[in-house]
Formats: sequence, C-alpha cells, structure tokens
Amino acid sequence: MAKTNAIPLDELLDAMTLLRRFEEKIVEVYPQQEMKTPVHLYIGQEAIAAGVCAHLAPTDYLVTTHRSHAHCLAKGAEPERLYAEFYGRVTGCCKGMGGSMHPAFPELGITGTSAIVGGGIPHGVGTALASKLRGDGRVSAVFFGDGASEEGTFHESLNFAALKSLPVLFICENNGYATVSPLAARQPDADVAHRAAGYGIFTEQVDGNDVAAVYESAKRALAHIRRGKGPAFIEAKTYRWKGHVGPEEDWTRGGRPKAELDEWKKRCPIELLLTQLEKSGLDRAEYAAKVARLDAMLDAAIESARSAPMPPVEQMERLLFRQETH
Amino acid sequence: MPWTSVCLNDEDVCCLEESGHRCLTYVQALREAHDMILASDPEAFVIGEGVDDAGGVFGSTLGLAETYGERVMDMPIAENGLTGVAIAAASVGMRPILVHMRADFLPMSMDQIVNHAAKWHSMTGGQVSIPLVIRSIIGRGWGSAAQHSQGLHSLFLSVPGLKIALPATPYDAKGMLLAAHADPNPVLYFEHRWLYGAKGPVPAGHYTVPLGQAVVRRSGADATVVAVSHAVPQAMQAAAALKDDGIGVEVIDPRAIAPLDMDTILASVAKTGRLVICDVACRTAGYGAELTCRLAEAAPQLLKAPVRRVSFPDLPTPASPALEAAYYPGVEDIKRAVRQTLAK
Ligand SMILES: Cc1ncc(C[n+]2csc(CCOP(=O)(O)OP(=O)(O)O)c2C)c(N)n1
Ligand SMILES: [Mg+2]
Repeated sequence: MAKTNAIPLDELLDAMTLLRRFEEKIVEVYPQQEMKTPVHLYIGQEAIAAGVCAHLAPTDYLVTTHRSHAHCLAKGAEPERLYAEFYGRVTGCCKGMGGSMHPAFPELGITGTSAIVGGGIPHGVGTALASKLRGDGRVSAVFFGDGASEEGTFHESLNFAALKSLPVLFICENNGYATVSPLAARQPDADVAHRAAGYGIFTEQVDGNDVAAVYESAKRALAHIRRGKGPAFIEAKTYRWKGHVGPEEDWTRGGRPKAELDEWKKRCPIELLLTQLEKSGLDRAEYAAKVARLDAMLDAAIESARSAPMPPVEQMERLLFRQETH
Repeated sequence: MPWTSVCLNDEDVCCLEESGHRCLTYVQALREAHDMILASDPEAFVIGEGVDDAGGVFGSTLGLAETYGERVMDMPIAENGLTGVAIAAASVGMRPILVHMRADFLPMSMDQIVNHAAKWHSMTGGQVSIPLVIRSIIGRGWGSAAQHSQGLHSLFLSVPGLKIALPATPYDAKGMLLAAHADPNPVLYFEHRWLYGAKGPVPAGHYTVPLGQAVVRRSGADATVVAVSHAVPQAMQAAAALKDDGIGVEVIDPRAIAPLDMDTILASVAKTGRLVICDVACRTAGYGAELTCRLAEAAPQLLKAPVRRVSFPDLPTPASPALEAAYYPGVEDIKRAVRQTLAK
C-alpha cells in the first residue's frame, strides 16, 4: 500500500489495531472475573501511543500511567507478559506484583509505572537527566492525562526540564475527563499546552485521533529534542470510549452524555485511517483477515497467560529489597 | 447497647430492626452525616475529586451537590495545594471536609498536613486553629496493589496536633464525622472500603461519638483484643468462634488512635493479662506499637503473656490474587494469636 508523505501509515494501522484488539480481548474476558486487576482502557486514544512510539527506539525511555497498556505495547511489550500480569501470574511482566496499573519493562525503557496521578511525570524528567549527564543520546517520552497536568509535579517537572534543557518529550493525552470529572470543572483553560508554552517549552497541539498528525508532530518534537534544544510538549486532544476503569461505557451510570461519546466514536482513529487508506487501495477484506490473525495470536496469549502458575507466596518477601550490593 | 454493637450478619440487623432500631449501612450513615453538617452549618463545605459526580465517592456524598450546590465541590487533581487551600479556609473559620478516595493519596497532602495543619494552632500562639476534616478510604482487593490499599493512619501518630479517627460501624461513621466536624482541630478520618456495606443501628438525629473514647465491643475475661476499622468485625467473629471453645475474648475498639484511650485498654488488660492488637496496616510502628509502649510504661506487670499483633506484613501490597490471599490476615489469624497469648 502507498505511503503518504513518507508517513508509515500501514505500520501505524497495525500498531493501532494491536492496541485496540488487545484491549477488546480484555473486555471479552473480564466478565469471567478471573482477571482481578482494575483495568483502565485506552480504547479511542490509540493514535497517540502509536504515532509517538513509532519514533522511539527500545533504548529510549517511556513513562506511562494507570492507563498503561497501549504505551507498553506500542513500545514493544509482549502481549502475553501483560495479560499474565493482569491475571496475577508469575510469568507477568512484574511477576504478578503490580497488575494492570504498574507495568515495568526495563529492557524497553519502561522502568516502572505509577498509578498516583502525576507521579510519573518527574520520572521521565529524571531519566532524561540521566541521559543528559551520561550523554547517551536517549530521549524520554512521558505520557500523562489532562488531570495529571493539575498536579504540582507537572509544573515542577516542566520547569526543571526546561531549565536544564533535558531530552524529554511530554505528551499530554487530553481526553477531557479525569474519571468522570470534565476538564471544565478542573481547569480554567481547556488548552493544557498553554501551561507548557509558559515554561518556554517547544509546544504543539494536535488532533489525537489523527495518527498521521500525531506522527508528524512527534517527529518535529523529537527532532527538536535530539538536536539538543531541550524538552518538547505535545497536547493531543482525544476521547476515551470506556469508563474510567473497567470494561463498560460509563454513560449508563451517568458518567457523561451518550451523545458526546457517539460523536467521538464517529472519529475513531482506526476507522479514520482505514477510510483514508481505502482511497489509496486498502482492501477491507484483507484487513479483516489480518485482524483475524492478530486475534488468534492474542487469544493464544491470553490462554497461555491464564494457564501460567501463580507466584509463590515467599516472593513477596524476597522482592522487598534487592539482595546483591552495588 | 445497640449503639456499640457490631452486626456481623443479616440476622443481627433483623433483630435490631425488629426491636425498633433504624439500621443503615456505613455509607448511608456517612452520607447522612454530611447532609446534616451541610444543612446545619453554613460554614461547612465538602471538597474532593468526584464528590459531586454520579458515583459520589462510593455513595458517601451521592446527590448532595444537588442540594448544596457549590458547597459540595469537585477539585483539580492537586491534593497538596488543595489541602493548603482547605487549611486556610479553615483558619478563617470555615469547616471544610476534604475527601481522598484512597488513603494512598494522603501522602500527596503530607506537607500541608504535617508542616502546616498540625502546627498552626501552637505556632500561632493559640490564635488560629484549623477545624479541618480530611476523609480518606482504605482500599482492598481486586489487585488494588501497592498504591491503592495502604492503611497510613499510624504514619501520622508521630505528628502532634492531629486527631486520627477510624470508625468501624455505621453508628460511629456518623457520630464521629459529626464530632470531627465540631472539633476545632485537624482530624484525619479513615474509612475502610470493605465496611461501606456493613449495616448497623444509626439514630436519625444529631449525636456525636467523642474522638478518643474507646468502646468495649464485647466483654470477656481471658484475653483482650484491640482492633480498629475493618479489623473490628473480624475480631468480633474471632471472639464469637473462640467463645464456642470456652475462651472469653474482650474486644476493644479505640475508634481513634490519636488521642488513644489507654484507660479503657488498661482496665481490660488488668482483667485479662493478655493482649492481641489488630490493625489494617503494615506491622512496624503501627498504632499497636505505641499502645504497647504506653502499656509497658504505665503497667508492665499487667501482662501475663507476650503481646501479639495481627496486621499486614511489612511489605507493599501485591496485586496477584494468590498473593493478596496470603497478605491479608483474617479471622483465623486473630483466633491463633489469642490462643498463643493463652498458651503457657
Ligand atoms: C494523586 C492521585 N489522586 C487521585 C487519584 C485517583 N485517580 C486515578 S486516575 C484519575 C484521573 C486521572 O485523569 P487523567 O490524568 O486525565 O488521566 P485519564 O484517566 O483521563 O487517562 C484519578 C483522579 C490517583 N490515582 N492519584
Ligand atoms: Mg483525562
């Protein structure tokens, strides 16, 4: 298939499809009540993780949040190690210690995940500080929500990153809500990007449902960072389809208006790209066959995760401290 | 006394209801207390993430925004700053109730609580006080994991100037929230998510449960079990089971750990000579450590056997259900601890 302006649209489609189907599988199995972990689903926001992570190498650092699955997958995490973690199995990425909110893949530059809102933002600045001191050329990508931008850590982190010209990309995924609290109930200005610009940081705003736009924006931002010009900030406007936590939509419980969700569903990031690619020859049947193969892979990953053993009880104690000395 | 009873099952609730007592769940009692506070005190307001939303902090503030408008106020996710905001509003005479959905978010407010709220009255020479209530909820289960299940109440014990309440029954949930609101000092008010559905007698009118007055939940001559929060119903179950084996357990619920009602505890240990302390937090430096030290200072001769603690291990909470099951102590652990104090 054709590539528009050298944007790898096919790869981006594959990446988004993986993020979507990975979580739709969770929606399928969750009612069995075996996956005992609070899941914060990313469905609807896939263009952001896919568009940004396309530019990251495994050696680059990435910081995610309680809504962690997609960032890990887009950075290269194996679905099975995530699923196993969600099932509390010893084969999970954190041996069943963390569950869905705290994945770690140090080999992919994901050194652990905080579910304290805003807790991870300084961590991305810290890995960037290490990169600058070491001169290792790595960048750090920090993902967080609009809600996290209200925490003091956000402002403290942006200030320090700008002050020290650190190689860090801040990506604020502005989905308009923190749990069911709308942005307007929490911030006087709907554009989080204005805060970043106030620190003199290279800042862009982008349609977070347009994967090509995210990709291009991240490309510019990372070029700025890699040229040694200091941090960059992207605010991607988007919308999450599921409730804050769990597999259901939340309008049923009065979380927000259904009409609003329906409007955003018309702007599904995957569907938007598919429609665009159809014009340049994408075959829907071929795509469906690809999705079926992906599904089979994910089903196998779930099955394998579910049948893995639980961690031994003594593991809790063993993991409190690292044993060998420096 | 129905007001000090702990209903362990539907039968207990039915009995009370049949004898004319109104029974509510813990969360209904909390909601009622908020309602009464907001209705009677124009200086009171409730602020916290989600207090006005469709969930209403697991139901505890449900629908109150419709009645009280802006006095039930959502807030940005900015706990430390907003704690300072609430402190200052209190310093000029308002009566805020600040709500954290999880006790794990209290560390975000730590500086304002520890360096500011707790010290203000003393540091201003008694000119300014901080009548602030900070509610927070201890979570548990379904892989809540290390950042959504901590009992951090005892952390604040070494900060003079704070009162620390842990209501275990619907009656106390209402009466202690009313008392906390009336108190001119900062009160940390810890709830437990697993108590929200517990039912018990709750009078409809206004009443307060003093912060710092323990209650004997059940009398017994052989061993004293001190328990707080969600450990109280567990201790009551253990006591009921041990009774069948001829062991009389006295269950004491201090209801607040600061101030801690040592008189009630000492009187019980004077009778039994044996002490088990149950907590909903990690073991080291829990309220039980302070309690035991005060006992050792006041009357070490009372103990006929070593003290036992039933608490979480000194470990972060794991996510896996297999590990959660091993992590949390239960009724059997309390029974075992009591037997250990009785073994020669
Ligand atoms: C310090 C802290 N306060 C509150 C919470 C509860 N909480 C978890 S996620 C969340 C909303 C976060 O919103 P946002 O940053 O926009 O991310 P989103 O969930 O929309 O992806 C809240 C309030 C928390 N985990 N940590
Ligand atoms: Mg958000």
